[in-house]
Order: sequence, then structure tokens, then C-alpha cells
Amino acid sequence: MRALVEVQGVVNRFGAQIVHNGIDMQVFEGEVFGIIGGSGAGKSVLLRTILGLRRPNAGSVRFLGRELGSLSAAELHGLKASYGVTFQQGALFSSLNVCQNVQLPMLEHLRLTPRALDELALMRVQLVGLPPEAALKYPAQLSGGMIKRAALARALALDPVLLFLDEPTSGLDPISASAFDELLIYLQRELKLTVVMITHDLDTIFRTCSRVGVIVDGRMISDTLEAIVHNPNAWIKSYFQGERARRRGS
Amino acid sequence: MYLTARRNADELKLELSGEWRALRFTDIEAELDSVDFAGLHRISIAAAQAQLDLTGAWLLRDFLERARAAGAIVQFQGLEPATLALVERCKTGDITANTHVIEWLDPERAVESLGRRAVRGAQDITGGVSFVGRISVAFMRALRHLRLRPVSIARHVYDTGATAVPIVALIAFLISVILAYMGAQQLRKFGADIFVVDLVTVGVLRELGVLLTAIIVAGRSGSAFAAEIGAMQLNEEIDALSAIGVDPIEVLVLPRLLGLVIALPLLTLVADIIGLVGGGLLCHALLDMPLVQYLHRAQGAIASTTFWVGVVKAPIFACLIAISGCYCGMRVRDSSRELGRLTTLAVVQSIFFVILVDALFAVLFMELDI
Repeated sequence: MRALVEVQGVVNRFGAQIVHNGIDMQVFEGEVFGIIGGSGAGKSVLLRTILGLRRPNAGSVRFLGRELGSLSAAELHGLKASYGVTFQQGALFSSLNVCQNVQLPMLEHLRLTPRALDELALMRVQLVGLPPEAALKYPAQLSGGMIKRAALARALALDPVLLFLDEPTSGLDPISASAFDELLIYLQRELKLTVVMITHDLDTIFRTCSRVGVIVDGRMISDTLEAIVHNPNAWIKSYFQGERARRRGS
Repeated sequence: MYLTARRNADELKLELSGEWRALRFTDIEAELDSVDFAGLHRISIAAAQAQLDLTGAWLLRDFLERARAAGAIVQFQGLEPATLALVERCKTGDITANTHVIEWLDPERAVESLGRRAVRGAQDITGGVSFVGRISVAFMRALRHLRLRPVSIARHVYDTGATAVPIVALIAFLISVILAYMGAQQLRKFGADIFVVDLVTVGVLRELGVLLTAIIVAGRSGSAFAAEIGAMQLNEEIDALSAIGVDPIEVLVLPRLLGLVIALPLLTLVADIIGLVGGGLLCHALLDMPLVQYLHRAQGAIASTTFWVGVVKAPIFACLIAISGCYCGMRVRDSSRELGRLTTLAVVQSIFFVILVDALFAVLFMELDI
């Protein structure tokens, strides 16, 4: 199996506060990798580091075999076409409608005819399960679940091999969240995506993830889903065997 | 190479290869376009060697449709690419997004948009009037319960007043220098150099000091008010305040309004002083007028009302600027573009109102003979 993302010894500091103290992480082709950790454990900071939006204080991030720090600005720009990201709040551009939001990455990276642009964008809108008429709506007119789907459509605009999702199901009702899980599984299988996902949703983890990385005390413990549940670490134990997890099992 | 074509009479064998990825769109499209359908009856495609992503599959589907439209029968040798089926599935429900229509070219839409603008204009006016009403009510309530939030007001006096002193002083100085210089050039022709003093002192105290200060403050603070409140509106902070039971007008608008009502007269005072000093220095430098004579002449030129006629306008301008800024901020909805539009509008509107009201004041004072 090829490792698409390799994180080695990443250290992130904000002043005196050490968020990451040597994170190691590998994401292999075709898997769904879940990142979990307590509030303030630095999940989003890790994601920003992997995406090249933040330079780590130490350590390296290799992306599709290439070291992020050694890339020129132009190479980094090209690399950004190979992954898709959704942010926690959706981060749709509020002055553009859904269709234009999906078209933006295409306009930046591809040279398409207007017809192709429209059809390809609409195709993605339908692919993520939005009704076609949603394509012309503005983000402010969408519900929370539709925003998450529209953000996913934008992340898929360039047919990335890698998809990063930051809390894709947070703020959704259980029905929408589980529908989103199914959509993700379907897309992951059909498009042969590799997915890296930050999530707190136990149901999402158990339904979608094949491996899980837990950020504890600035380091990452990663293992397959079956094994991580029985990890002796205190935090992981209380995470998977806490009150909410137990209620889920019963 | 993404396509190898072998033609055999009326049959075409296509072998797809390589990575049909979105980033290669132009190259793949060019190769597909080079296929000539004329006289073709049968196309057989082998796709096993190629990897098609969604965009690649869309290109292939588009090609197949054109081939079928040209009368050819399409067959796959081996498996159809999985992504092609996915694209086909998304094809249901054919709607045209047509995001490229230019709205104002369509006469029907042009009329519609004219109507919308008219209605929106009327709504803005009634909304503005009711906004002033809400501020008055909030002000009376705050007075009655002694909840004027002095700390918040002080912060706004500092933000809108104290930090604006350098720019206001500089502009006042430069304007009085320009005024004295232009006046001296013209008045010298009549040997009436001394009237430069009248021009500068009366001009600065009555009009320019307060007007320029108000315009600078409209640009600085009017836009800041609109942007601050607008960003809070986008972030649902205003709704949160209302939900907690705090009147947003009372905590956001009133302190800004009262702060500016205090700050603008003080800034006007600064502008007046600096303007008079600037005029004096220029008279001294350009007309060789001793400063003592400048002061003497200024005392003669300035009536007891001259200074007050200028300063009395400052609180009213402050109200206009604060209300325009806050009202525009409150109307921000949905998108960051709205925020930009309304921030711009806040500045343009407040400068317009300031100048309009200044003109009305000029007429009023003339009628009152002040």
C-alpha cells in the first residue's frame, strides 16, 4: 500500500504552548483515516499543517511522496489541485451560489468551456445528493446539511485523490449525519478516494473509518478501528468506553 | 496520448489509455475532437487500460453522445468504466444552470429589477425612519434606567475621537494653508491682503473646520461602524444579543452614537485651533504679517457667534454619521459582498447627509442673520 500522506515528527508551538510534540502519521491509499482528540488537542492545526496552510515548527509532511517544505510556490499551487478540503463551517463563499462555488476551483486550475463548466458543476451538485435547483441557491439559503454537502461538492470539483474533511457531520441531526456517512462511503468506493477526516461523531467513526489516529498529549496513537477501541490509554479508553459510547452499544 | 484510434472501413476501434484526469481536460478534449464521425457505423471502445475520474468520464460520455447523434453504434469491449455509470446517474433531472446570463440584457428582468430597486429604496427610507425611532426609544429607556454604559461610550470617544486627532489636525492645517494662499493671491490684486485673515478665520471656524472633520470622521468611523455591526450581523451575534434579552440598539448603536456626539465637537475644536494656527503661520510667511497683527485682525473679524455657528453643527453631523453607519451595518444579510456594499454605502450616505445638512444650516443662518 502506498502512503499518500506521511507526517513525521511534526511539532507545532504557539508561544510557550506546545500543541504537537512530535506527531507521526501515515495515510495509505484507499483508506478512511479518522483523526480524533479532545478539544484543543490540535486536530485542526494538524490538518492545516498537512494542507500546507501552516508551516510546522519542526518535522516534515510528505504529500504524495513529496516533502511540503521543499516545494516551490508554483508546485504547492499544483499540489492543491490534487486534494479537496471541507472546512468545519462549510466555508462556502457567501457571495457565490452553490454552482459558482463548485466552479471556482475549476476556473482556477482547469481550462474549460462554459458548457463543460456548467455541466461538470451540476454533476457534482447532484453527485453529493443535492437537488439540482439547489445549484442556484446562495449559502445563506441552505440548511446546515445542505451546506456540508455543497462543501463536499466543491471539494470534489477537481476529482481529487485525497479528501480532507473537518468535522463533516458536526451540527447535523442524526438522520442527516448518517445520510452523510452513507454518501461518503458511496463516494469513497465509487471514486476510489482516500479520506482523512476529523470527527467527534462515534457513529461516523464506526461506520466509515478503517483506521483511527488519536492525538493525546501532543502525540498520535494510530491503529485500526478494531484495535484502537481496546487501547489501554486512559483518554482513548474513556472516549470509546465512556457514557455516550456505552449507550450507543446498548 | 489518451486515445488510439484504428479505423477499418465503417468501424472505429478506440483504445483508451493513461489517466483521464480533470487536470488533463484540454488535452483529452482535443484528442476526442479530432475523431471524425463521417461514415462511421460502429465504434468499439476498450477502456480497460485507462483510469477515468469524473471529469474524464464526463468527456467520454459527451463524446459518446455526439457519436450516437452522428448515427454510430457504440459498444464497449470489456467493462465500461465505473465512473461512466456514475456520470450517467447524475444526468437525470436535466436543468440548465445558466450562470452566465447577463441579467440586464433581458428586458423582462430589467423591468423586474427596476421594480425591486424602487421597492427596496422605499423600504430603506421607512426602515431608516423607524431605526431613528428605535434609537430614540432606546435612548429614553437608557436615560430612565440610567444605563448609558459610560465605559463603552468612552471607548468609542477614544476610537473615533482621540485616534483621529493626528489626521484631523494635519488636514485642517493643510486646508487653512491652501485657503490663505489662494485668498492672498486674489486679494493682493486689490491691495486687500489683510482680508486674508477674515477669509481664513471665518472660513475655518464657520464651515471648513467642522465640515472637513465630519467628512474625515464619516470615512473613518462611519465605515468602521457599518463593518463592525455588519460582521456581527453575519455572525448572528446581533440575534444572540436579542435572544439574551439585550437590546442591540442599546448596547451597540447608542454608545457609538453618544461617543461620536462627544468626539466630533472636540475634534472640530482641534481642527479650528490648528486651522487658525496654520492660517497665521502662512500669513506670517507669505504676507510678512506679524503674528500680533494677525491676532488683532482675527479678533475684529470673528463675531462672538462665529465659533458657535460652526461647532453647533458638529453633534448633528455626528448623529447623521453614526446613524448611517449603524443602520447600514444592521442591514447586512447573508454575504460578505453585502457587507462591502453597505460599508461603502454608509460612507457615501453619511458624507452626502453631512453636506446636505450643512447647506441647510447655511440657509438657516443667513435667514437668522447670524
